[in-house]
Amino acid sequence: MSLYRTELRRLTKRRFTRYITLLGLLVLLAVVVGTFFTNQKLDADTLARAERQADQQYEQQVRWSEQERVACEAAKAAGTPNDGRYPDDCSMISAPPREAIEASWFLPSTFDFRETFSETLIPFAAILALVGFVIGASFIGAEWSSGGMMNLLLWRPKRLTVLLTKLAALLTGMLAVTLPAAVAWFAGFWLVATYRGTTEKVTSGVWQSVTLTGLRAVVLVLVVTTLGFALASLGRHTAMALGGVVAVAVVGQFGLGILLDMAGVRFPEAWLMPTYALAWMQKKVTLQNWDSCNATVFGECKPETLDVTWQHSSVLLAVGAAVILGAALWAMRRRDIS
Amino acid sequence: MPAVLEIEGLRKTYKSRRRGTRNALDGFNMRVEAGQVHGFLGPNGSGKTTTLRTLLGLIRPDGGRMTILGHEVPDALPVVAGQVGAIVESPQFFPHFTARDTLSLLASAGEVPSNRVDEVLELVGLRERAGERVKTYSLGMKQRLAVASALLKSPKLLILDEPANGLDPGGIREMRTLTRNLAESGMTVVLSSHILGEIQLICDSVTIISLGRRVAFGPVDEVLAQHSSGAVRVRLEAVTDLPAAADALTRSGIRVTGHADHLMLAGVDKPAAVTRLLAEQGLYVSELSPVTVDLESVFLELTATAPVPGQHRQVDQSLKVGGAEQSGATGGGWGA
Repeated sequence: MSLYRTELRRLTKRRFTRYITLLGLLVLLAVVVGTFFTNQKLDADTLARAERQADQQYEQQVRWSEQERVACEAAKAAGTPNDGRYPDDCSMISAPPREAIEASWFLPSTFDFRETFSETLIPFAAILALVGFVIGASFIGAEWSSGGMMNLLLWRPKRLTVLLTKLAALLTGMLAVTLPAAVAWFAGFWLVATYRGTTEKVTSGVWQSVTLTGLRAVVLVLVVTTLGFALASLGRHTAMALGGVVAVAVVGQFGLGILLDMAGVRFPEAWLMPTYALAWMQKKVTLQNWDSCNATVFGECKPETLDVTWQHSSVLLAVGAAVILGAALWAMRRRDIS
Repeated sequence: MPAVLEIEGLRKTYKSRRRGTRNALDGFNMRVEAGQVHGFLGPNGSGKTTTLRTLLGLIRPDGGRMTILGHEVPDALPVVAGQVGAIVESPQFFPHFTARDTLSLLASAGEVPSNRVDEVLELVGLRERAGERVKTYSLGMKQRLAVASALLKSPKLLILDEPANGLDPGGIREMRTLTRNLAESGMTVVLSSHILGEIQLICDSVTIISLGRRVAFGPVDEVLAQHSSGAVRVRLEAVTDLPAAADALTRSGIRVTGHADHLMLAGVDKPAAVTRLLAEQGLYVSELSPVTVDLESVFLELTATAPVPGQHRQVDQSLKVGGAEQSGATGGGWGA
């Protein structure tokens, strides 16, 4: 227990931890504030103005199509060669129906909590996962590269206990940041919706859904934090984790994506990690193969689809975390420390 | 006297596909008795730090037996770790913490009372600078901090690897006094150093290692005596008598080396016999002095690492017991 408390102290004492956490929280705050100022509440005047703008748009379309129809008939009477500008039958030029021009196109952006909030949890998870990864990698990487780990092992010679206690302290620290940040995120966007949008139709079912999405965000942050910690421990340097991620992103994702595309693989996105992160947060991502045709009874061509669900993602996250953390523990147990 | 530290037949082999096999420790033995200051000497790459790291559980041995305070290690390290303070090789600390934070975190991890931090800071002379970040420290200050961290748990066995490294002359003297005081208080100290004059001054006993094997051990006086060659310097009243004296001494079985104004004799058991022999020949001695050996010359002799003019000795070029003098290519270096 003393080791756990010590490691928590060490984590919070590090300036890097404080600065990166602060930076992450400031970015989150900027997102909330930015959303607040780029949305506005819809009142009757705004709706009426949008209606008027839709009417004006419709009238403009009617005038324009009338002019074009007259020009088409004139060109036809004069025998001017038709270079494809007009149809053979000029009566086909007509204005779109009024209902085709929606008033909502002319409405300013407004924040609908029910429709939009769960989407905001994706950047929330992404930003805090990045913070967790960097802090996790640095927390153990700096210990290895500065010789602090060796000093600690002279005091506490149980290697696995030391490594797992450090991880426990790190995850506790990340949880202590992520949970209040999540509560503040919910509260912040509720305020945005209240003053710059709508909180209508937010039923208990909606609350349950966004709470579960929030919990998945917290789990994602903790798993990514663990990956950063384990990779840096495996390479005994912070740069190992950060370099590893850059390598995976550039070679494993961009490179693989291009390769799969060139090879004509049916669903190349199914091999890319961001797809699984997105599926974890959204519960499902449907991939489409536009090079195929599934004919419907109406004679339409529908692309072939593949659903990546949060269950698939959970298997990938669990196996990935277990393999990398397992390798870090094995290395900690077996390797000589010099 | 009971042994605080015992090592028997310790082996550590490093294998590399590219560079072959290197026996860093090749059946090494060591024994340190309670309350002693024990010097642990060896040339660079001889296995000193590997021995200490293995003893402290940082390196996994390939064979042999080690005990600390009567407990088999590394298995019993969690039991004895609280009684062993150690610094291994150069001091390494997280550079952005202050010295007080560094020690405070170690004390907290080891469940040592926090007031001990100020005690050890005072002891190593860092009290005034304890609030500064370690990255601003000189090598000597880091060394003091390392010693402070080793002393933090009031250990029964203190292992110091090159503690004088980077210290100024005053610091070296303070370290010497501190070491002696700690030993007088009942602490056993193992001191690895290349400053052999210091070792000779401080230590009760020594172990000398070369290429992973012990080449000498025992009380310092005994080691010096064992390797004293019985050398005697002789001067005569008349320098012109030196050739006659050399002739007489050689005939009586003494090895003689002539110099311009004196003779050096080797293998002399009783210096009085030399006086008598020369007096019988009518040659009168003006100076007869036994030449004492110091630890440095014994070390250089035992490890065969004395510099030779015109040659550049390579690391791993030293003596291996049980074999001839080794070269770098075959004496335990990569590829051996």
